[in-house]
Amino acid sequence: MSGNLARLDRRRLAALIRKETVQIVRDPSTLLIAFVLPILLLFIFGFGVSLDANSIRVGMVVQDSSPQANSLAQALRASPYLEIEESPTVQPLRDRMVANRIRAMIVIPQDFGASIDRRAPLPIQVATDGSQPNTANFAAAYVQGIYGTWVEQQGMAPGVPTVTVNTRYWWNPELKSRFFLIPGSITIVMTMIGTLLTALVVAREWERGTLEAMMATPISMTEFIASKLIPYFVLGMGSMALCTVLGIVVFGVPLRGSVFALFLLASAFLVPALGLGLFISAATKNQFVASQAALFSGFLPSFLLSGFIFEISSMPRMIQAVTYLVPARYFIPPLQTVFIAGDAWGMFARNIAAMLTFGALFFLLAYRTTRRSLD
Amino acid sequence: MGRLKAITIKEFWALVRDPKARMGLFLPPLLQLFLFSYAATLEVRNIDLGLYDMSSGRYSQELVQRLDGSPNFKRIEVLHSPEDLRQAIEDQDVIAAIVIEQDFDRRMASGQSAEIGVVLDGRRSNAAQIVAAYVTRVASGIGAQVSNLPEPEGLRVTNLYNPSLDFVWFNLPSLIVMLGVITSIAVTGLSISRERELGSFDQLMVSPLRVHEILLGKMLPALGFGLLNGAIFIAAAQLIFDVPFRGSYAVFFAALIVFNIALIGVGMFVSSLSRTQQQAFLGSFLLTIPIIMLSGFASPVENMPEWLQVLNHANPAMYFLPVAQSIFLKAMPLSAVISWMWPVVLIAIVTLSASAWLFRARME
Repeated sequence: MSGNLARLDRRRLAALIRKETVQIVRDPSTLLIAFVLPILLLFIFGFGVSLDANSIRVGMVVQDSSPQANSLAQALRASPYLEIEESPTVQPLRDRMVANRIRAMIVIPQDFGASIDRRAPLPIQVATDGSQPNTANFAAAYVQGIYGTWVEQQGMAPGVPTVTVNTRYWWNPELKSRFFLIPGSITIVMTMIGTLLTALVVAREWERGTLEAMMATPISMTEFIASKLIPYFVLGMGSMALCTVLGIVVFGVPLRGSVFALFLLASAFLVPALGLGLFISAATKNQFVASQAALFSGFLPSFLLSGFIFEISSMPRMIQAVTYLVPARYFIPPLQTVFIAGDAWGMFARNIAAMLTFGALFFLLAYRTTRRSLD
Repeated sequence: MGRLKAITIKEFWALVRDPKARMGLFLPPLLQLFLFSYAATLEVRNIDLGLYDMSSGRYSQELVQRLDGSPNFKRIEVLHSPEDLRQAIEDQDVIAAIVIEQDFDRRMASGQSAEIGVVLDGRRSNAAQIVAAYVTRVASGIGAQVSNLPEPEGLRVTNLYNPSLDFVWFNLPSLIVMLGVITSIAVTGLSISRERELGSFDQLMVSPLRVHEILLGKMLPALGFGLLNGAIFIAAAQLIFDVPFRGSYAVFFAALIVFNIALIGVGMFVSSLSRTQQQAFLGSFLLTIPIIMLSGFASPVENMPEWLQVLNHANPAMYFLPVAQSIFLKAMPLSAVISWMWPVVLIAIVTLSASAWLFRARME
């Protein structure tokens, strides 16, 4: 490799990029990950992951035969949010819950009707399956809601001045979780292409020794890195565009911001993603290890530590600190904004700056590791 | 038998010879366990809330104090104009802002019903809905307090098996499943394709080993690692994370073995199909993602559309995830475990025979 590291010869670079592109096109698995994977991911997140309300299977025991108990039981049966399974006693329902077939049980206690007549209603008992905390919360909330409505209909509500809460959800009044899941999955797709694919490709060259052969040619370090990055950058942007079109056409996600902002944000995110991929390959020089490292440092943090599904503010402080090191954390909020809300340049600029900083850091690391291993 | 032993030992060394590969087998899963078991929570806590109060009387103060006192809210940012409010939400300084109209206090004082507005960030609609529920709960308490009437209990909710609904109790058993999927498929996925790429496949073919011996030799070390990782996780769950393990270890490991064999079958199938390690890796990744995402960890299986639920019957993690959670927390008995796990046995048979068939077909 030439001593002049910063040299960039356009003809040589073009030749190298052509070589890289031919390699990509020749290997079906690369195209698989660039175009089939995005579609698959988008469909999985669009259809498979839904945080919207849905019906929950619960068991019910009605121990009272009064008209009030029957009317409440009927209200519960009629709810679209609950799928009621009835039993005369509690024990079989408990077994069903241990076997993971129902998520909660409701017991309308003996003497329920009479207690209402006494104007001192007995509480309805709800036992949820705590092994799935989120569903447990939903189940309790649904029963609470149905019970509240029923109490009102029965004219049992005490004469209290009530404070009603009038909610307005900006940009997403129908509360479609797809609206934030699709931008999130675009982030994951781009992480995969930027980090995983780059790490694998370059690690293979190290493993096979073709990298040393490249080093013996007069190309400079900059040309070498650029020739690896440009094709994968194009591939990453291509699959981003594919995902965007699918998100809009198939899943009905709006693109309220400008296409220019979208491309700018995506380009900024690919910088740290590609840099991390290069660094991993140079540090591991082994395809198996590189693949594992890319999964654990690229895919999983983008999925779990980026605010994609799990709120960062709810995490323990230590972990919140770790999320600042995840580039996807700076990509997901502006990407969601550009899709759902529109252009907000103040926020975009801050996040782009953060992503580029990480990008520079990863490239520096990759560069140093590559150099050291050459000596 | 001697031949099988030899190839198993050879495969074992192929896995752990390289110190970096050794680390790749154990370090990342453990690290992930620590990071993600605390991170993956759908709870919403430490929320920053905006407040645009045009009433500023006794009742609106009371409301604000109650919100401030709630452990779910971290900070209340006072906003002075609709423009402030728009900016705060757009920049995600706050996830929601409460708007109290001028007549709020007058209405409350005269015993009328009153209304407050909450503007929420629809970009994070899931978290926003939970915030709306918190605010509603606090606000409805104000009405009862004003009238000095006791609130009837109405509903008595108990959470069985996990009384405080601790997410770590849900995450740990689930992560054992997810990390198991990633490691098992990756280890076996690369096993045959590595031999092809390095050229040692032909040597294996001319050795006196039979096909089933080669395949078993590749499976056993992977199974060993899967079980060892599982054992480490179970120990960590109890010793470090204080998650109770209430079921039977024998039942858990029996289910884990069945699950791992099914995954190894998936990995072997991909591996026999691929010509290079890179193809094998990408292929196994392409299968790992849906197996994890559709397992019910990210969102309940029942929320998926019908056709996807049908497809999901081929997903071994869809069966093992609830079993792992239930053995941990609910001491799921063997009979119920069998009622969940028998399809996984079928999946294992199908994937293993398919990979053996493909392996043979590719030999010639």
